[in-house]
Amino acid sequence: MSERAIIVVGGGLAGLMATIRICELGHPVKLFSYVPVKRSHSVTAQGGINASINVRGEGDSPQIHFEETIVGSDFLANQPPAKGMCDDAPNIVYLLDRMGVPFNRTPEGNLDFRGFGGTLYHRTAFAGATTGQQLVYALDEQVRRYEAEGLVEKYEYWSMQNILKDSEGRCRGIAALNMPTMEVTAFRAPAVVLAVGGPGLVFGKTTNSMINTASAVIRAFKSGARFANPEFVQVHPTAIAGLDKRRLISESVRGEGGRVWTYKDGKKWYFFEEMYPAYGNLVPRDIASKVIYDIVVNQGLGPDGGRYVYLDVSHIDDDVLRRKLGGVLEIYEKFMGEDPYHNPMKVYPAVHYSMGGLWVDYSQMTNIPGLYAIGECDYQYHGANRLGANSLLSCIYAGRIVGAPAVEYAGQELPEIPDSTLAEVVGREEQAFEEVFASDGEQNAYQIQDEMGEMMDRDVTIVRENAVLDKVAAELEDLDARAARVGLRDRGRRMNAEAIFTRELRDRLLYAKMIVKAARAREESRGAHYKPAFAKRNDDEWLKTTLVDYSAEELKISYEPVDISLLPLRERRYDVKH
Amino acid sequence: MPKTVVFRIKRQAGPDERPYWEEFEIPYQERLNVLFCLQTIQRNPVTRLGKPTSAPVWDQSCLEEVCGACTMIINGVVRQACTALVDELEQPIVLEPLTKFPLIKDLMVDRKRFFDDLKKSKTWVAIDGTHALGAGPGCSQELQQIRYALARCMTCGCCLEVCPQYGPERPFVGAAVLAQVRLFNLHPTGAMQADERLEEMSKPGGITDCGNAQNCVRVCPKEIPLTESIAALGRQMVGYGLRKFFTKS
Repeated sequence: MSERAIIVVGGGLAGLMATIRICELGHPVKLFSYVPVKRSHSVTAQGGINASINVRGEGDSPQIHFEETIVGSDFLANQPPAKGMCDDAPNIVYLLDRMGVPFNRTPEGNLDFRGFGGTLYHRTAFAGATTGQQLVYALDEQVRRYEAEGLVEKYEYWSMQNILKDSEGRCRGIAALNMPTMEVTAFRAPAVVLAVGGPGLVFGKTTNSMINTASAVIRAFKSGARFANPEFVQVHPTAIAGLDKRRLISESVRGEGGRVWTYKDGKKWYFFEEMYPAYGNLVPRDIASKVIYDIVVNQGLGPDGGRYVYLDVSHIDDDVLRRKLGGVLEIYEKFMGEDPYHNPMKVYPAVHYSMGGLWVDYSQMTNIPGLYAIGECDYQYHGANRLGANSLLSCIYAGRIVGAPAVEYAGQELPEIPDSTLAEVVGREEQAFEEVFASDGEQNAYQIQDEMGEMMDRDVTIVRENAVLDKVAAELEDLDARAARVGLRDRGRRMNAEAIFTRELRDRLLYAKMIVKAARAREESRGAHYKPAFAKRNDDEWLKTTLVDYSAEELKISYEPVDISLLPLRERRYDVKH
Repeated sequence: MPKTVVFRIKRQAGPDERPYWEEFEIPYQERLNVLFCLQTIQRNPVTRLGKPTSAPVWDQSCLEEVCGACTMIINGVVRQACTALVDELEQPIVLEPLTKFPLIKDLMVDRKRFFDDLKKSKTWVAIDGTHALGAGPGCSQELQQIRYALARCMTCGCCLEVCPQYGPERPFVGAAVLAQVRLFNLHPTGAMQADERLEEMSKPGGITDCGNAQNCVRVCPKEIPLTESIAALGRQMVGYGLRKFFTKS
C-alpha cells in the first residue's frame, strides 16, 4: 500500500471507527494493532452506550445528557466537545443499529434502553451485557469490508514504538515492531491517529486487559505529545477480585435494579439508597467507590470483615436477568463458582478507566501537527469523572469526527522526509532492544510490575494523601532504577514477550510518575481525585486542566482553563434530583 | 488438597524449531486459573527440576473469556486458559498450542486465516454510509435473542480445532464462519446480500465440506448453536439453489 495511507494505531472502537470514516472519505488506512483487532480491550465493555433517544417518553434529550455528563465530570470537561458528543449520540446508536448490532429490543421492536449511573433517565442502549464486544464486532465487520476492497491494510501483532517527526516537528509516520519477528520497521504516513487505549497495567490488577500496557502513549509523550489530566483515574465501584485481574461487574446490574448492601447492626443496610435517596444505587462511579471504600476500610463493615460489599439481583426475575445481564452474570458464575441469580455477589472497587490522556484540540489533533488521539488515550470528554456508558460513546464519537480533519490534513503537500530519518528512528528502537537483550541484571520485570501495580492501586486510587504520594514518587524512582537492571531469561529473537514487556515497563513507570506528580500538585477534590486534606472542589483555584510535557527527561506541569461556555458551574449533588 | 500444581507445557521457539516439553511446579492457591499459573511461571521461570529457563509465551488479552485470545489445548481439550480453573483439572496440567494454525511461539498461534475466511464470507451489513440515516430496521425480541446468541462468537477457534474437516491444507471455512453467515442473513438489511454470501458458501470450502461430525458445538465456550446454524444455512442453500436454477433458465 502507498505511503499515502493514514496510519491508525489501535483497533478498538475508536480506531475502528476512525478507519471506517477515513475509508469512507476514499482514503486508505494502515491499521496497526497489538492484537488482532477483534480482540481489542473494547470487547470487555459490558453495560451499554448512552444516547438520548427518549424511547420511553421520559422527556430525555441530548441537552440533558450533556448537562449530566458535565455535572458527572465535576465540570472539568471542556463543554463544547462534550455537547457535540451528546448531540451526536442518537445518530451513533442508530448507525450501530444499521450495522446489525443485536441491541436488546422493546416489545414493539424498538431499541431498548436501561438506566445507568448519574442519570434518572433510561438512556443506555445495550446488547445483553456484552455491548462492547458487539460494537467492536460491528465495526470490525465494516473495516473488513473496506479491507476486502483494498482500502485497509492490517498490521496485527504489531506494536508502535515511536512516531516519526520531520524537521518542522510534524508527525510523519511511525516506527513499529512486528512482535512475532521482533523486527522494527518505519512507515511514512501523512497523518497518524493514535487509538491505543488506557493505561490499565500501571495499576496492576484492574478491570483492564493485559494489552493495556500504556506504552504507545508514553512513546508519543516522550516524543513531545502533551498530556492532560493524568491524575483522573476512574475506580469502578463493583468488580470481583481474581488472582490474575479484577473482573468488572457492570453498572448495568444496578441499572436493571441491582441493590448494593452490607450488614449494619445485624440488619441489611442499603447504604446508597439511604445516603442518596434520589439516585440510590446509580450514583456516579467516583462517589460510589468512595462510599464503598469508606464503609469497608474506615468503618470495617464489609460482611464478615471481608473486603467487599454485596451487589444483589436475587429479587429480579431469572428470565429478565438472562436476557439483559446474562453475559456479566456468566462471568461471575464462571470465576467465582457461585450462582449470582440467587445469591448476592461479592464486589469491591477496582481501577477501570483513565479520564486523562493525550491533550487534543477539538479536531482531536495533539499538539504535534499530524498526530491525532482518540478514545481512552485522549482526555477530551470526561473531565474528572466519566459517566457509565459514555466511554463507548466517546470512543466512537472521536473516531467519527477525526476522519474528516485527518484526511484534510493528509491532503497537503509536504516535503518528503528523508530515508535517513526513518533509519535513525529504527536504529534507535533496535538499539533499545539490543540493550534489553544484553541486560544481565538480577531483576525480573514481571516482579517489578507487580510491585508498581500494587503500590499504585493501594496508594494512588480512591484516597490520595500528599505524604503518601511523596513516598510513592520516591519508590517509583527506585523501581525505575531496578527496571534498568533486569536480567532477561528469554534471549530468542522471535515473539520475545519478555523483552517487549521489559521495555514497556519503563513506559508504565513514567506514566505512574506522571499520575503521582499531577495528583500531588492538585490540592482539591474533584471527581475521581479525592484528597481528604482538601476535601472540597475548589473552582477558584483548580477549575483548570492539568497539562504535562516531557522535556529534558523532566515532567513539566502547567495548566489551562476549562471551557465552561455552555453550562454554568453548580454544586454536584445526587441526594436530590438535579 | 494438593500443595502445588504441576504443568507440562509444550515449548517451541518458532514454527521451524524442534518442539520439546518442560514441566513447572507452582504453589497451589484457591481459585487458581491456568492463566494465573502461566503468569506465576513468568515471574520465576524455573523448571520442576530446578533448571532456569525462559517463560512460555502465550496469547492473552481480556482474561474474561470475551476476547478469545488465550485459547489453547488444556489436558487435551481446547478452551480458554482464563476460565480453566485448576481445581477442575487433573494434574499434571498439559498445555499445548492449537494445531490448525501456524505457530508463532510456544502456546501462541496466528489465527489470521480465520479472519480471512470471514472476509470471504462477506459477513457484514452493506450500509450506505455512516451519516445520519435514521434508525435501523425494527426487530422482534425473539429475533434479537437468536442473533445475539450467534453474535457472541469471539473467533477463538475451538470449533475449528476439533473439526475433522478443518485444517491448514483444506479449504473448509468451519462452523464459526457458517454461523456468521446465518447471523447476517437473519438481519433485515443484511438479508439483502444473503445470496452473495450463499454463493460464496456454495463453493469448495463452504457448507458442503461440513462432514457433520458435530464436534464443534460440543466445545464452543459460548454455546453457540453451531450445528443448528449449519442446518439452517443448508435450508437457505436449497432455496438459493432453486432461485439460481430458475433465474438461469
